[in-house]
Amino acid sequence: MEKITVSDLQNLQSDSNVIQYVMISAGDEYFGIDIKYIDNIVRYQHVTRIPKAQKYFKGVINLRGEIISVMNLRSKLGIPEIDITKNTRIIILKPEEDTSVGIIVDEIKEVINLHEGDIEKSNTSDNGEIKGSYLDGIGKYDNMLISLLNIQNLIIEKDVMN
Amino acid sequence: MDVSQYLEMFIDESKEHIQTLSDQLMILEKEHDNVDTINEIFRAAHSLKGMAGTMGYKRMQRLTHDMENVFQEIRSDNMKVEPELVDVLFDGLDAISSYLDNIIESADEGTEDNEDIINALNSIVEKATGKGSQEDENKTDSDSSSNVSESSESVVSESENNSKVEDKAPEDGENFRKIKLSDFEKKSFREVLLEEDGSILLGITVFLSESCILKSARSFLVFKVLEEHGEVLKSSPSVQDIEDEKFDLDFSVLYLSNLPAEDIKAAIANVSEVEKVYVSVCDDMIDNFDPNDTNKPSDKETPDIDKKEESNETSDKGSDSDDNVDKKGENTENKSVGGAAAAVKVQEKSKSKSSKPNIGRTVRVDIEKLDDLMNLVSELIIAKNGLVSISAEKLSGDPNNNAINEQIEYLESVTTNLHESVMKVRMVPIETIFSRFPRMVRDLSKKLNKKIEFHVSGGETELDRTVIDEIGDPLQHLLRNAADHGLEDEETRKAAGKDETGNIYLNAYQVGNNIVIEVKDDGAGMDIEKIKRKGIEKGIITQEMADMMPDDEAIDLLFRPSFSTSEEITDISGRGVGLDVVKTKIEELGGSIECRSELNEGSTFIIKLPLTLAIIQTLMVQLGNEKYAIPLGNIQTIEDIPLDSIRHVQGKEVINLRGRVIPLLRLDSLLDVPDVGYIPESLMVVIVEKGDKVAGLVVDNLIGQQESVIKPIGDYINASRSIGGATILGNGEIALILEVNALF
Repeated sequence: MEKITVSDLQNLQSDSNVIQYVMISAGDEYFGIDIKYIDNIVRYQHVTRIPKAQKYFKGVINLRGEIISVMNLRSKLGIPEIDITKNTRIIILKPEEDTSVGIIVDEIKEVINLHEGDIEKSNTSDNGEIKGSYLDGIGKYDNMLISLLNIQNLIIEKDVMN
Repeated sequence: MDVSQYLEMFIDESKEHIQTLSDQLMILEKEHDNVDTINEIFRAAHSLKGMAGTMGYKRMQRLTHDMENVFQEIRSDNMKVEPELVDVLFDGLDAISSYLDNIIESADEGTEDNEDIINALNSIVEKATGKGSQEDENKTDSDSSSNVSESSESVVSESENNSKVEDKAPEDGENFRKIKLSDFEKKSFREVLLEEDGSILLGITVFLSESCILKSARSFLVFKVLEEHGEVLKSSPSVQDIEDEKFDLDFSVLYLSNLPAEDIKAAIANVSEVEKVYVSVCDDMIDNFDPNDTNKPSDKETPDIDKKEESNETSDKGSDSDDNVDKKGENTENKSVGGAAAAVKVQEKSKSKSSKPNIGRTVRVDIEKLDDLMNLVSELIIAKNGLVSISAEKLSGDPNNNAINEQIEYLESVTTNLHESVMKVRMVPIETIFSRFPRMVRDLSKKLNKKIEFHVSGGETELDRTVIDEIGDPLQHLLRNAADHGLEDEETRKAAGKDETGNIYLNAYQVGNNIVIEVKDDGAGMDIEKIKRKGIEKGIITQEMADMMPDDEAIDLLFRPSFSTSEEITDISGRGVGLDVVKTKIEELGGSIECRSELNEGSTFIIKLPLTLAIIQTLMVQLGNEKYAIPLGNIQTIEDIPLDSIRHVQGKEVINLRGRVIPLLRLDSLLDVPDVGYIPESLMVVIVEKGDKVAGLVVDNLIGQQESVIKPIGDYINASRSIGGATILGNGEIALILEVNALF
């Protein structure tokens, strides 16, 4: 059982210039999620469909008596969906205080430390274009390029369309 | 002194007093000479003033002081109540409320002096009595000292009246005479008395009013006053017991001060909720110091106990014996207090007939604690449901099953009762929001220049706290509508042969598991043709639809977004926020609203709300592979309908059920349920109702009845309006709860 718990994450050392990310894969790409948003990581479980919800929301799960909505990262990012495997995980995020949401990811790779120098920020000067983007920037790690997700933009989207 | 710990109490009590003032002013406006009302207002204003002063809110104190003054004059027949005075008093009340609002927000009363209201009050008093000028001087330098001295004057005059009563029966209240003093104490008190030049030993007994809720806090305030002017030597019951509220209504102290008894008495009487104060010099209590004398003249009443105590003391020696004395003192005191309290009650009754509210044994609880409790009960019910489903699935062949079932049934009845009890604790009489409306209607009546009689009934009907908090605004909206659009102006009413005074009724009552609130007016009623025309104008309906539309459906158009029939937008209603907002709010609370109207007879809005929010009885049904819960409160019957009895009307499926045509709703297609290729021979139809309307919900299968804990559906996800929430089943699965009202 390669399960990463919150306490494991917190035990890892961090200094001021290093941000820790949980590295996940979806399709051919690697994505990083800032651990400060992560509440919990659980195995995939049955998701109850909610009628007329946004397309990328798969439904809701029961996490120890609390009902949590779950979105699929692939469909949110416009990547074709695949079937659930034994590696599929649901990452429970706390994008804001008192709210939680789960995202379904293909696989959790590892927890990585990125120095500020290894992160190429999205072109913030051009904020008109970048606003609403799901990415904070690109991280370089071990010859890999990791797209760092902007959780706020990814989750808190005023999506009126169903 | 730090008063912040009393802020909450201050806020709560101020709210009560402000409500009293508001209610009584409403009465005063109609009955200018009602003595009970005038007294009641005076009392409330007086308490407010005292409390504001204690908390250091000078502006609030000053304003309440001036309002109190006015009533002092009215009480002493120096002036009469005039309509303009009532208006100013209402303004003053609003100003006090806004002080309180500021205090609630920031613990500070703000900087608004409300000079105009104070001036208006004073000029009225001046005009009526011709002696306002000298009082004005006092007021302009409204620092606390002048206020305190002023207010104590008025109290003194009150207490003079009291003292006349006292003179007849001085024994009744002077419980301090029953304080037992050891010889050691007598000796040391006497030494102190000799040391402090010019001071006297006073015996003080304070009676708190019966309605006093936080007795210990009140006594704290009394002690605070006492410590400002002297030294408390001994108290009965002990200070610790007083702090723990281990006393009835009175407590006594022996007190050393160099102020005269009258001054001390006035200062204590100024603390609110102090019913009576007895103060007198009691040097004699320590004079009879004689170690061998067991017959103290001051303790004639209980010589036996004294003897026992003396022996106790001699055997115990030392400070431990103090406790013993205290306890005994308390015992004997309690007995006599019973008699004294009874006497006080009689006096009160003879004073005024107005019955004081009967305060039961109550505890104020933070609503959050109740929410926590409710959540725990919810979890318990989920756990119980889990047990039920395990026993049904896994243990059906088990010989022990009967015993387990019995226990589960027992658990079930306990959890249901527990749930009901917690629900009851959360119930609040709807009075709490109804009470703000008479004032609002009065203001509307002035503003609109319509004569309005406002009738409220059923204020005692109880609703869940969460619903109470939310229902105020929708009701206010409906009442405004009724006053503004519903009721005609006087001429129109006269022309229609009606009384020129319009009537608005607000009525609440319980029907089964629902609370019904009606807002009714006897105005012009809805003009159906006008509504239809408007609907066509707004493009909501076509001319053809309008022609065929039955009246009740036309009235329902009112609840569509951005539909307003009023030709002109007025200050009071019609700001573009219409009945659709009211409807949305009420449906959020799990309720429904409908409107009935007769032309020229008036309109009635009927709001139906569920008694409880968090836990409901539901019918679990199956659609494809999914499970849904339908609230039992919405269900009329369940029918098995043969496929061939389905008829089509205007392209919609209907059934004819015992002579009634009922539209069918295919839940699976409404909710996009994935098709599982299930072809039934006949339809399972759950007949649901909303107000007068009924519909048949087609489901694949019935699972059974279940107690469902309603949980929110999760953050960020947009659910269909026809989903009211989710619930967790015994096996941990999630079922969605249908919002039946949204299906119509």
